[in-house]
Amino acid sequence: MIETLLTNYEEAAAIILFGIGLTMLLFQRNLIKKLIGMNIMDTGVFLFLASMGYIEGRRAPIITDGIQDVNAYINPVPAGLVLTGIVVSVSVTAVMLSLSIRLYKRYHTLDLDDVYILSRHQTEDR
Amino acid sequence: MDIIRNFPLFTIVLSLFSGVLCTMLKGKTAKNYTLIYEGVLIVLTACVLFYTVGNGSSFTYTMGEFPAPWGNEIRAGVLEALTALFFLVILFCSVMAGWKFLIIDIDESKINLYFTLINLMTAALMALVWTNDIFTGYVFVEIMTLTSCGIMIVREIGRTTLAAVRYMILNLLGSGLFLLGIVLLYDITGHLLMVPMRETIAGFAAEGTDMTSIMLSLGILTIGLSIKSGLFPFHFWMPDTYGWSTPTSGSILSSLVSKAYIFLLFKIYYRVIGPSVFEALPIRKIIFVLGILGMVFGSVSAMRQKNINRMVAFSSAAQIGYIYMGLGIGGIDGYAAAMFQIFAHSVTKSLLFLTTPRLSEVSGHSLLFRNLQGSGYRAKDAGLVFLLCSFSMVGIPIFAGFSAKLNFATAAAGAGSYRILFFTMIALAVSSVLNALYFIRTCIRIYTSGRGGADIYAPGLYEEANARPGSDLPSGETTVSGSEEPLFSRLDYWIPAAILTGLNLYLGLFSWQTVGLIEKGLAMFP
Repeated sequence: MIETLLTNYEEAAAIILFGIGLTMLLFQRNLIKKLIGMNIMDTGVFLFLASMGYIEGRRAPIITDGIQDVNAYINPVPAGLVLTGIVVSVSVTAVMLSLSIRLYKRYHTLDLDDVYILSRHQTEDR
Repeated sequence: MDIIRNFPLFTIVLSLFSGVLCTMLKGKTAKNYTLIYEGVLIVLTACVLFYTVGNGSSFTYTMGEFPAPWGNEIRAGVLEALTALFFLVILFCSVMAGWKFLIIDIDESKINLYFTLINLMTAALMALVWTNDIFTGYVFVEIMTLTSCGIMIVREIGRTTLAAVRYMILNLLGSGLFLLGIVLLYDITGHLLMVPMRETIAGFAAEGTDMTSIMLSLGILTIGLSIKSGLFPFHFWMPDTYGWSTPTSGSILSSLVSKAYIFLLFKIYYRVIGPSVFEALPIRKIIFVLGILGMVFGSVSAMRQKNINRMVAFSSAAQIGYIYMGLGIGGIDGYAAAMFQIFAHSVTKSLLFLTTPRLSEVSGHSLLFRNLQGSGYRAKDAGLVFLLCSFSMVGIPIFAGFSAKLNFATAAAGAGSYRILFFTMIALAVSSVLNALYFIRTCIRIYTSGRGGADIYAPGLYEEANARPGSDLPSGETTVSGSEEPLFSRLDYWIPAAILTGLNLYLGLFSWQTVGLIEKGLAMFP
């Protein structure tokens, strides 16, 4: 068990990161910390993808010296997926941060429990 | 007629283009443009539907003509075309009927941006329906999440901001899990296109290797998408999200967004995992049980609400339970029943969310039941539509809800397992009774004037409440009672209401036609 984890230490680290991020996203009360958790979670997935896509001793699939053997190169798709994922993650974070600003302007706190209590006192419930 | 093969891609690209275009248009022009182009999309999708039905086979559109397993693909069959058509018709009706409230709820300078969001969401909807590549699915799932958050918070009140934050947090959780799930599946199979993935997984299943990893990744993916679509026990974000947003958004979020996620999940079950492998996995039993629990607990929560929109939203949780129960029953009949329920529920729920604001505006803009008493008389058209929709939700024959329930019962009877049959029947019976309890109760409320007329809404009684929360209009300007409205502007509501009610009756009276199409689609789905 330990040995498997040690040989696949990158994947193990990725899943641990994912777990940390998921827990933060779920259990932190502060919105900004939740967002940090979300980013850690995504980073975990990207690390997983990147480590999967890399094979030691192989190069990026750009033919420069005439070597056409498939075994000389790595698969570029995981790197492409990571890039796409980063773009998605950045845009989601931007939207969430702007939402946090709006929430803060309205309730003057980022603690979601407090916000929830404050929102109950609103008169909009009709 | 080979040009029709390009139409699925056109629907996505045209929506993306329209999204950009709407940023440059004025509010009302943007709305008219959106309605026209959605009409065009409906025609394009209808062409695809006729083409695939006529051909009797599906077709694959390869982007840049790179063949599988390298390129990115769009696939169109009867089921995809039918789903896209239903989604677009509902979108069209929601935009049309919600316009009146949109101009009250949203700052005038931002109305065109609202339509930008709607168009981007249409692109995401279409992409999720047509795509043959799960990573494209992920990207458009995120676009859908962002746009659905956007159309929720355009109504700037504290409630929607909080609801949007909660919605986004859960959705991000769902997206993260979904991403991990597809990355794991990619790791196992080495493909992102659905067909090569299924072939690899079928190979693993034949050898019996790697099944635990496949099950684990599928489980993670299922949890992700079920959080996003609101399966029990992840349904608690629904009432705030649907209840406080502007009617068009509420209608779209409840009837299209959650359904698109379910459609994607179903596609993954059917086209990536394969029905035979999926039915052997325990995940099917789990979603069956959660579906049934959702049917019951969604209804129980709905009964406790004092606000009509929250009640309708919780009833969505119950209806989504039905869909998952259908997926859990399995077999062609079970999947067809689930798909039919997607259509039946979308048609009914969108109209309900477009109707409740009409009842509320003649009741001092209150959504509370006690103020809604007698509103069926004050807004006669909305009252009638609410009554018809309630009949459908409860499952009264000739309406879509009845056919959907009948399909589930038939599917369970044909599933060959007494346990499934037993639990499905019990769940259907209990859920129907609960539905009847709260929908019929609401109908009685809107058609009675209360004891001694004491709590009938009287104009002027709710002066301080008359502006819809968050709107900047001076009080009094928004209290246009249903009957004083000019006929022309009422067409905005009557046309969509007639289309959606007609579709509802069509699904109820001629359900075999739709079920036949769905089964045809399923046959060409792999």
